[in-house]
Amino acid sequence: MNTWLSHHWHAFFLALLRLVGSPLASLLNIIVIGVAFSLPAGVYMLIGNVQSFSGQLSGAPQLSVFLKLGTSKGAIEKLESHLRQHPQIASFRFLSKDKALEQLKQKNWIADAVNSLTRNPLPDAFIIDAKSISPESLNRLRTEMLKWPDSKHVQFDSDWMERLSALLKLGKIGLLILTALLSFALIVVTFNTIRLQILTKRDEIEVSKLIGATSNFIRRPFLYFGAIQGVAGGAIAWLIVALVINLINNELTNLVQLYAVDFQLHHISFEDSISLLLFSSWLGWAGSWLSVANHLWQIEP
Amino acid sequence: MISFSNVNKRYPNGFEALKNIVFTINQGEMVFITGNSGAGKSTLLKLIGAIERTTTGGIFVNDQNISKLRNSAIPFLRRNIGMVFQGQKILFDRSVFDNVVLPLQICGFEHRSATGRVRAALDKVGLLSKEKALPITLSGGERQRLCIARAVVNRPSILIADEPAAYLDPGYTKDIMNMFKSFHQVGVTVLITTPDAELLEGSQHRILSLSHGELVT
Repeated sequence: MNTWLSHHWHAFFLALLRLVGSPLASLLNIIVIGVAFSLPAGVYMLIGNVQSFSGQLSGAPQLSVFLKLGTSKGAIEKLESHLRQHPQIASFRFLSKDKALEQLKQKNWIADAVNSLTRNPLPDAFIIDAKSISPESLNRLRTEMLKWPDSKHVQFDSDWMERLSALLKLGKIGLLILTALLSFALIVVTFNTIRLQILTKRDEIEVSKLIGATSNFIRRPFLYFGAIQGVAGGAIAWLIVALVINLINNELTNLVQLYAVDFQLHHISFEDSISLLLFSSWLGWAGSWLSVANHLWQIEP
Repeated sequence: MISFSNVNKRYPNGFEALKNIVFTINQGEMVFITGNSGAGKSTLLKLIGAIERTTTGGIFVNDQNISKLRNSAIPFLRRNIGMVFQGQKILFDRSVFDNVVLPLQICGFEHRSATGRVRAALDKVGLLSKEKALPITLSGGERQRLCIARAVVNRPSILIADEPAAYLDPGYTKDIMNMFKSFHQVGVTVLITTPDAELLEGSQHRILSLSHGELVT
């Protein structure tokens, strides 16, 4: 255990030394990785923000079920009890046609026209809050309600939500592609860095093998180097995104005040930040692993 | 104990470096191997450290058959053998101390106990005052002593040296040889190659002579 710990500590320390040993090259590498990674991280941040903003805007979208004219009281009561037991409905209220007419009369601009009506043309209606607000489940609920014998029309404002959700889906696919491509770039950058390092450390590797170093012992500092470089790159990406958010939010405050909404960009969550760092360090590790696997066997005493 | 039984070594280009070598070196013995250049001295030492592998025959080091050793087991064999290489193989990008500590780092020694051992090894070869020096500033003899310190720092039971007296002034040569003798006196098996048979005149130690890959004594 002690030996194991000592080996890893030695490898980690050696990797740090190598990193600090050529500060400019290391810094440039880390910045390249950081810039490359800030793109998917930034897109991820935007998608997250838009998603939470859309949830906040809609509140919970309401479904309005308009009943056929002349639906009997008994049928309405039956519907009420059905709605009460429905698993996907959070709450509902009944809006009778008389009450709807009353509400309409209170609106000045239309009151005269309403008063001139000889009979009430409005239907009875249920206003329903669904439990899930995803467009898919709302649509399912809507189709179900349309099948009720007493319902005439079910309305909800889903168009913009559907569009937004489609856009977000597209954004997520874009994010996936971007992440894949730039991950590949990170692996290539690390691969090359480690290849150069192996070439310059040729003597050290040869001597180490001659005096009893295992392949793992020789490999370890390179793997740590890749992982540390990856973590540092990920941290730079995080900082770049933070900087951009800061810059945008300053302007955004003025803009959203004009629209009287409350919208600020937020950085990715703590868990996502940790994931970002873990992922970038894993990629660095993978890149150097590939490089070591490809180049180390060529150096034999 | 080192034992060769019918060892042959043929290089991929067809050159037969060693032919039917048979000998046994007992634990704690000090043995010289002489022969002209190209006689197979270096190859013989490299076979012991599994730096080269035998073509046929068996080599036993402390009852372990090296010719059948898996590649992954070779590092652990080498940790038990202190080797002074012909090309010295000093790392010039680090201090004397850091050169000597390398075998201990490889074995996973703690920093503090490693430091003690390195100082002891450097003291034995008379380089303690130069532990912070860079190898480039050392003289030829001092560099050779550095190599010896690196070979013995792990306290191996076997010490092999490939022409440790090469390129050294005669004064230094005697110095270095005395150093090896002192390790022999504390029970280490010592194996040294030298092209210089005169060096061994009056030596009470066993001498193995190689000629064109064959043992002649």
